[in-house]
Amino acid sequence: MIDTFLANLDTALLFVFALSALVGAALMLVLRHPMQVAMALISTMVFLGGIYGLLGVHFIAAFQVLIYVSAVMVFMVYVIMLLDVRDESFTHRFSQWVLPGIAFGTVLFAVLGYGLLLGVDDIATTTVSFGLAQFAAAFLSEYWLQFELTSVLLVAAVVAALAVIKGSRGRDRG
Amino acid sequence: MLLLLAMALFALGLIGVIVRRNLLVMLMCMELMLNGVNLSLVTFAQQTSTAAGAVLVFLIFVVAAAEIAIAIPIVLVLVRQRRTLDADAYTELHG
Repeated sequence: MIDTFLANLDTALLFVFALSALVGAALMLVLRHPMQVAMALISTMVFLGGIYGLLGVHFIAAFQVLIYVSAVMVFMVYVIMLLDVRDESFTHRFSQWVLPGIAFGTVLFAVLGYGLLLGVDDIATTTVSFGLAQFAAAFLSEYWLQFELTSVLLVAAVVAALAVIKGSRGRDRG
Repeated sequence: MLLLLAMALFALGLIGVIVRRNLLVMLMCMELMLNGVNLSLVTFAQQTSTAAGAVLVFLIFVVAAAEIAIAIPIVLVLVRQRRTLDADAYTELHG
């Protein structure tokens, strides 16, 4: 019995991680305080990292935790602590678009699910057949232009962030 | 199953962006949508055994970092002007 359990451990863990990620994502919609929402999102991201690890793309799992959870979400949590505004959006967490929003999301899910049923057939969860070496070679030989474009995007983002802060400061003075 | 999860994450993130009022929560729901897309890309990369999906996931990491680096200063400027995180308070472009 232990042997069959261990043989199916990967699939079982995949199910558990997927379910936990889904629960975290659903909690994001209903929790009140932004910090609780951030914690739910962080748990979802960590479970997704676990899924990536189980699928065999370990470097993406590492970067999921390093970039998303560490950089992006720590930034987010920091801003939430900075802006603890108890305003209208805290007492009434939903806008007047609740029903249209839920209906639209459900329709989107139904359409995507229908496309999934028509299109690709489900595959068994095996580990990927490309490793880090193949990924790195493809990244820097085939996709070097996209890589350079993202670096341009990063520079533009830094300049834009500085411009937003500078512009608002100038308006305050004037 | 994983594609189903990716779809669910994307749809939940979209519902969150429409339904919630708090600007920061809306931003986080957008991150959730990006995560759903990432999961689908990884699944496709696994299905086709090519590295293209994984490369795209890396580019999305960078785009997400850039997005949050711009969005947070904008939210900070908005809150400094109006002292509220409520998206309904910013209706200057309302027709």
